[in-house]
Amino acid sequence: MAEATANGLGQHALHAHDAPVAAAHAEVHQEHPIKLYLVVWAWLFILSTCSYLVDYFGLHGYLRWSLILIFMILKAGLIVAVFMHMAWERLALAYAIILPPILVLVFVAMMLFEADYTLLTRMTFFGAGP
Amino acid sequence: MAETTVTHTGQMRPRPAGWHGIAADWASDQRAFKNVSWGKAMMWIFLLSDTFIFGCFLLSYMTARISTRVPWPNPSEVFALRIGGQEIPLILIAIMTFVLISSSGTMAMAVNFGYRRDRRKTAILMLLTAALGATFVGMQAFEWTKLITEGVRPWGNPWGAAQFGSCFFMITGFHGTHVTIGVIFLIIVARKVWRGDYDTGRPGFFTSRKGRYENVEIMGLYWHFVDLVWVFIFAFFYLW
Repeated sequence: MAEATANGLGQHALHAHDAPVAAAHAEVHQEHPIKLYLVVWAWLFILSTCSYLVDYFGLHGYLRWSLILIFMILKAGLIVAVFMHMAWERLALAYAIILPPILVLVFVAMMLFEADYTLLTRMTFFGAGP
Repeated sequence: MAETTVTHTGQMRPRPAGWHGIAADWASDQRAFKNVSWGKAMMWIFLLSDTFIFGCFLLSYMTARISTRVPWPNPSEVFALRIGGQEIPLILIAIMTFVLISSSGTMAMAVNFGYRRDRRKTAILMLLTAALGATFVGMQAFEWTKLITEGVRPWGNPWGAAQFGSCFFMITGFHGTHVTIGVIFLIIVARKVWRGDYDTGRPGFFTSRKGRYENVEIMGLYWHFVDLVWVFIFAFFYLW
């Protein structure tokens, strides 16, 4: 029992010793030149304007959808990578946070089938349109 | 003595019994995010869960829009504004987008000045961020008022599929709530920065813990996330 207690104490000591070291490591400050933020800011404005123009000029069909998606992904990427500093974080964090939302695409695929099926049954029972 | 030897040969150390042992096993020296403080890691994990919430909203919107036989109202016309006798499509939403992006920009600069210990600039930029966020919420309130007076309800609207209203109020309402909470937190953190809490190590009113300038970055993560969600709402709800 005394042994266990001593061990426990030792571990506490180890932990207490570890903590400041870890904290020192944690002080990796995300300091980047202001210019970088201004450039990203400008790009976000440009990309937003582009996606607005897609609607303004009334593009439609696959061209519209692909342009919307491209501008959206670029904007999201810039925000996450630079503004949220994900580009400079360790991979362990980046993967833990970025991979799970990508799995939502599986859910999207499932619901696409589901929604198409619902539409099909509705058309079968109620006709093509109101 | 024998036990000590066992311990030193790298075998499992004796653990406390019961729940203490379980807690020790799960807590001891297990740290996945090596150089990330717990505050930042927890904010990221919260944002991840929030991503799923908004993901589910957008998914249900997608399902509703695909599965209805009734044509979906054209957002380009629904959200058009008459300015100077001319109907401009989606202009209010575009302005809201620019306002929110600008607030993200000022927030990023605030984080930067925070790490440089420039209290004045950090607080001013955070308050500017909060002001832009409040502007955004104000414009959203205007948009809601306009749509409600035009007859949009969660159960129907004059232009087409009835699900339009419920999707719109649910998604933009939840996002607007996030922005509002963000504005409140921005003001709280800005006040702490202004007062020098992170320099003097004054304990927080809620956690009683000393804050650090990293709190500004963590606050920034939340704010950028709100902007990020808007990017997706803008693309899928307003432009699609």
